[in-house]
Amino acid sequence: MEKMPKWADVVLIPLINLTIAFALSALVIWAIGENPWNAVKMMVNGALGSTYGWGYTLYYATNFLFTGLAVAVAFQASLFNIGGEGQAAMGGLGVALVALFIPFPHWSIAIVFALAGGALFGAAWAFLPAWLQAKRGSHIVITTIMFNFIAAALINYVLVNKLRPAGSMDPASATFPDSTHLPTFHDMLAPLGIAFSKSAPVNITLLIGLALAVGVWFLLWRTKLGYEIRAFGKNQDASTYAGISVTRITIIAMMISGAIAGMMSVNNTMGESERLILNSVEGAGFIGIAVALMGRNHPFGVLLAALLFGFLYQGGGELALWTKIPRELITVIQALVIMFTGALDNMVRDPIERAFIRAAKRRKAAS
Amino acid sequence: MTEQSENSAEPQETAAPAIELRGISKAFGPVQANKDISIRVMPGTIHGIIGENGAGKSTLMSILYGFYKADSGEIWINGQKTEIPDSQAAIRAGIGMVFQHFMLVENFTVLENVVLGVEEGELIKPSLAKARKALTRLADEYELQVDPDALIEDLGVGMQQRVEILKALYRQADILILDEPTGVLTPAEADHLFRILKGLKEQGKTIILITHKLREIMEITDTVSVMRRGEMTATVKTADTNPEQLAELMVGRKVLLEVEKKPATPGEAVLEVENLRMTDEFGVERVKGISFNVRAGEILGIAGVSGNGQSELLKLLGGFAQGTGEVRLNGRKVPLHGHGADARARRQSGISHVPEDRHHYGLIMDFMAWENMIFGYHWAPEYQKNRLLMDNRAALADARGKIERFDVRPPNVMLDAKSFSGGNQQKIVLAREIERNPDLLLVGQPTRGVDIGAIEFIHKQIIALRDKGKAILLVSVELDEILSLSDRIAVMFDGRIMGERMPDETNETELGLLMAGVTDGGKGEAA
Repeated sequence: MEKMPKWADVVLIPLINLTIAFALSALVIWAIGENPWNAVKMMVNGALGSTYGWGYTLYYATNFLFTGLAVAVAFQASLFNIGGEGQAAMGGLGVALVALFIPFPHWSIAIVFALAGGALFGAAWAFLPAWLQAKRGSHIVITTIMFNFIAAALINYVLVNKLRPAGSMDPASATFPDSTHLPTFHDMLAPLGIAFSKSAPVNITLLIGLALAVGVWFLLWRTKLGYEIRAFGKNQDASTYAGISVTRITIIAMMISGAIAGMMSVNNTMGESERLILNSVEGAGFIGIAVALMGRNHPFGVLLAALLFGFLYQGGGELALWTKIPRELITVIQALVIMFTGALDNMVRDPIERAFIRAAKRRKAAS
Repeated sequence: MTEQSENSAEPQETAAPAIELRGISKAFGPVQANKDISIRVMPGTIHGIIGENGAGKSTLMSILYGFYKADSGEIWINGQKTEIPDSQAAIRAGIGMVFQHFMLVENFTVLENVVLGVEEGELIKPSLAKARKALTRLADEYELQVDPDALIEDLGVGMQQRVEILKALYRQADILILDEPTGVLTPAEADHLFRILKGLKEQGKTIILITHKLREIMEITDTVSVMRRGEMTATVKTADTNPEQLAELMVGRKVLLEVEKKPATPGEAVLEVENLRMTDEFGVERVKGISFNVRAGEILGIAGVSGNGQSELLKLLGGFAQGTGEVRLNGRKVPLHGHGADARARRQSGISHVPEDRHHYGLIMDFMAWENMIFGYHWAPEYQKNRLLMDNRAALADARGKIERFDVRPPNVMLDAKSFSGGNQQKIVLAREIERNPDLLLVGQPTRGVDIGAIEFIHKQIIALRDKGKAILLVSVELDEILSLSDRIAVMFDGRIMGERMPDETNETELGLLMAGVTDGGKGEAA
């Protein structure tokens, strides 16, 4: 039976989806009386035109890489984890507690503990919804959404009543000790003689994210657990026939997902703000869903999608700063990208697939 | 071969065909389901359409009933060209269809189901009264007795099928299409159905019978058309053909219909089952205290109409349903619930399982063939590189060997399971389960949806495993299969074993009675 070539599936179709999304975005920008071409130039320039721009683009991409991987792992087990936002927020609390209360001689030790703290808190926050799903059948989509709100409220409480330094009016923790300062790209590249913007927040967590992407790939396609997660995600009944425990996979897959989301906070809490602030995740947990969708739940795809969304986020911010285009329009552009790469994927896929099959048939008939 | 024979009954020679299809083609994406099909069905005859699963029989009938639109071709009914864009048009043209899966409202009465969709006026009462009268008349005319006030859910499948036929007749169908009508019937019920169909034919109705069972074709049809891979390969008078020729036309090569096997030499009991019970999630007891054993080097066949507890029995023994009672494997107790009662533990103790429903249970359709060939055994030491990583290379090599030994086509381990035909999918499952060399093999419906050519191969493999001295529990709703493969036969009805028979000391009639729950008291060791 004829099939569409793989490159068309993973490259051509996302590209067409993006083109349509950007074309529509241009139309919207034009409709509100701005020049789309200028907007594009400004976005590209703002996101990629300087090491400062790159520094922010990659910083956002790091956040989205973590949350995208988190959602992707759960998706592979056909669990829709919408709770990345809350799990990352709780991860931030874990990171903050580690950074504030354990004295570290060096950042390299601090980051290991911070990753562990973030992962632990994130996993714990994913455990309850997973347990409720596995044992009581409470739908994971509902419970993880609710847990997002609980996490936000809990962190609000902890910041205001427990972690806020005496006398401060700001609902945020104290600044972390200097020994927990993570090397930024400026710090890392300076010894090599490469100048990188000093104020850009991108830091060593990006490298950890890349390693994690490789790790997730190994987990899913090279381990027993990954095999079971993917089998469970494709067919739950067959999994019981094969002796794969529904409870076990649901809970483990969700906890891995939560741990990855929790580790994201090393990037923003420890790497950027260097203290725990309110709403530190800034919606990265939700963008992770779009990133995973667009990346087809494959670590490499997630990486590419995270870079794209990092670009949109930073470029969009610049656009809002320098033009009359409101910040909300950036959300519209992101929404269009999500819509065309995720929800409306089949609109493009079906005709393309048919075209390929027709072409293959014609070639066959000709030969 | 493809010449249209001048159909059976002589008086109708001159009449226009009740149905004539001319050059019907239909493609689904890359799959050509029907290719230039022409067929003439004369009025007042029973016309069989036979072919393997996926040959395109159901597609053709769906076109005739207005479910699909043909890409090209014409439909002529009683000598008139007719467009059938939907099933309403088909009904207006006098076509009635009895589907394999009944289209009845479970909690309505027979009468209400018959009237549903053809009510006259706003009030239901006059329609029901009219239907009641018509039903009584039809019942007398065609041996179609059904209690008009019974709820559908209280009726057996045989009765439900009668309701479907009544529905079609009430809508004034002159042409009746039946899609695999005997799949869910006991032999006695099937015989009764055939009597009804003969009665209908005598009254001048035209019947199209779709089936994959050669026996039914030979028994009841006047003319038979054979389909293979979307094409009509032949139309012949039934009287002029024989099962061997039809099988050859279906498959495209010579087929052995009989299974060759040596007599069994059973050893010690491998599986002992005592008072096994299981209740489903709705609180209905599905397996009601059954006991039996399977010995080494023996095939125990479980016969029965589907839905009488056989599926649950397999799931229980396979470890993915929980129950009570006592089960011993090689004398060791097998836990039936709680800790250790899972499918993985069963596999480790030496039970392999070819499940009844390979789409739902046996395979992951989106996994590649090689991934499916370790499914359920992915934990086995030979597939691990170290404690952390799996050895995919070993699994691939293993799969390549199995695909070759079981002649899976195409021999490509990287293809997704869904790209294989039914027979080749089943070979993948069989290769995986048989090559574990289990002490006990559970096999459910091994040849359901499998082409005749592959059936032969699958039967041989099962017998070869038996000859190696392994115990085999075979569950099948195909009585032919049970009779030809089993060394001993147990019949299940309503969650119980009604009796055990030896295959050479029994016949279809006796088994059929047991399958319908009729026991003869003294004889046999009925539970």
